Amino acid sequence: MKKLIISTAALALMAGMAMADGHSTVRLGTEGAYPPYNFLNDAGEVDGFERELGDELCARAELSCEWVTNEWDSIIPNLVSGNYDAIIAGMSITAERDEVIDFTDPYTQPDPSAYLAMSDSVDLDGGVIAAQSGTIQAGHVAQMGATLVEFATPEETVAAVKAGEADAVLADKSFLMPIAEAEAELMIVGEDVLLGGGIGMGVRESDNELRDKMSAAIQSMKDDGSLNALITKWLPDSATF
Amino acid sequence: MFTFCTDPASLPDWQWMACYLTTGKHMSLYWSVGTVLLLLAITAPTALLFGFGGASAARAGFAPLRWFGKTYIAIVRGVPDIAFFLFFVIALDQMFEYIRHRILCPDWTEAVRQGNDFVVCAAAKLPLGNAPQWVHEVYGFATAVLTFAIVFGAFAANVLYGAMRAVPSAQLETAAAYGMNQRQTFWRILVPQMWVYALPGLSNLWMVLIKATPLLFLLGVEDIVYWARELGGSKTPRFTDYPHGDWRMWYFLALLVFYLAFTKLSEVVLDRLMARLTHGQATAAGEAQRKAA
Repeated sequence: MKKLIISTAALALMAGMAMADGHSTVRLGTEGAYPPYNFLNDAGEVDGFERELGDELCARAELSCEWVTNEWDSIIPNLVSGNYDAIIAGMSITAERDEVIDFTDPYTQPDPSAYLAMSDSVDLDGGVIAAQSGTIQAGHVAQMGATLVEFATPEETVAAVKAGEADAVLADKSFLMPIAEAEAELMIVGEDVLLGGGIGMGVRESDNELRDKMSAAIQSMKDDGSLNALITKWLPDSATF
Repeated sequence: MFTFCTDPASLPDWQWMACYLTTGKHMSLYWSVGTVLLLLAITAPTALLFGFGGASAARAGFAPLRWFGKTYIAIVRGVPDIAFFLFFVIALDQMFEYIRHRILCPDWTEAVRQGNDFVVCAAAKLPLGNAPQWVHEVYGFATAVLTFAIVFGAFAANVLYGAMRAVPSAQLETAAAYGMNQRQTFWRILVPQMWVYALPGLSNLWMVLIKATPLLFLLGVEDIVYWARELGGSKTPRFTDYPHGDWRMWYFLALLVFYLAFTKLSEVVLDRLMARLTHGQATAAGEAQRKAA
């Protein structure tokens, strides 16, 4: 054990002598449990809208990037303590988050959120609504006065509706649509809600260099229409730029 | 994996299952079983070592060492595991990075703490930002082992401390009468005899340690419970070749069988060890063994 630590440290030290220099590799943190934004494919690799987007952004910014998965709950603390350099996990830009971390320019329009339920007669204003903890949807449910039940993963929020534990789940529409299509007993109910200021990449507040590089790359993808192509491919319900 | 897996939707059930259970994602699950077993194999002896150190320190004649041992035992046992795992690992990691930062980047003028951010120079990062992913994983695993060892070491220290006091004092007095010094009495008389008293407590700890491995996920190591949850969740046809409903129950059932089987195996091994240690001891069980023989 001690040997393991010492040899790891020695290894890290030696590697450090060889190439100690800024952002030679940018580590991208994602959740890997929120299709179509990010999920693990059958091979166990990160896949989805943000995988394609992130790889393209890194290519344009001339950075070499590496993908890391991290639990949603601790995704911001691990960014600020430096375990990875950017969050690209379907994270909407909000004022609260902006106090703790910085965001690049948004790479989606403010995304519609929707309710998914077992029947269209559920009471969305006074019922029990499930949402993933620490999301803008959870904040919205808490504000509007319905009973909020929170879960750590998106998967569990949907399972709670199926088990009758919650009347409906509020989440990004792009996440819920494939589920509503695949499962006959679940349907989208009520009106869509527009929350947040679009999805952006989160970086440390002290890391202006990475933020500017990524914002520039996002802008260049907006300019040549390739971002819109990606949005149409992965998020058919979202607005394009 | 198999050649017939190209179009899973058209396969008969058993072939579909064979393909499904050998996807890259499932391979990660099987690997994580190895990770958990490796963690146990490394953590248990390390925690025992920490425990032995803690217990020896707690009964040392030199007062500051004794205080250190007793404080370690009291504090770590008192802090909830989950708080310890969340707080301690980040603090430990930042401490390592801070020390490296002071040594490797003496010319650095910016503050290390900038608001919420913890910023050290690139060369002080641990592991380095540009290190391959496996180095990060090994580092995460090593911090996990260290954290587990510290937590379980405190409990083991308390068990061993009690066991050391349970050895009949007549044994120690006899050793002194034979002219052994303190060190000799400790290593030749006390330590060999204390294990029989310590084992019931240590076997409890081992069982708890087996069940505590899912805490690994808090430390960023993807363990079997993480993969069972990920694989068991329902999958829509758009994002996978193997769509299925909510199968978490089956995956967790498999985990249950794994943990129960592992517990049974541990019990068998511990029983044998107990019989061995009891041999020739001046305890009721040792006396029963002598009569039966």
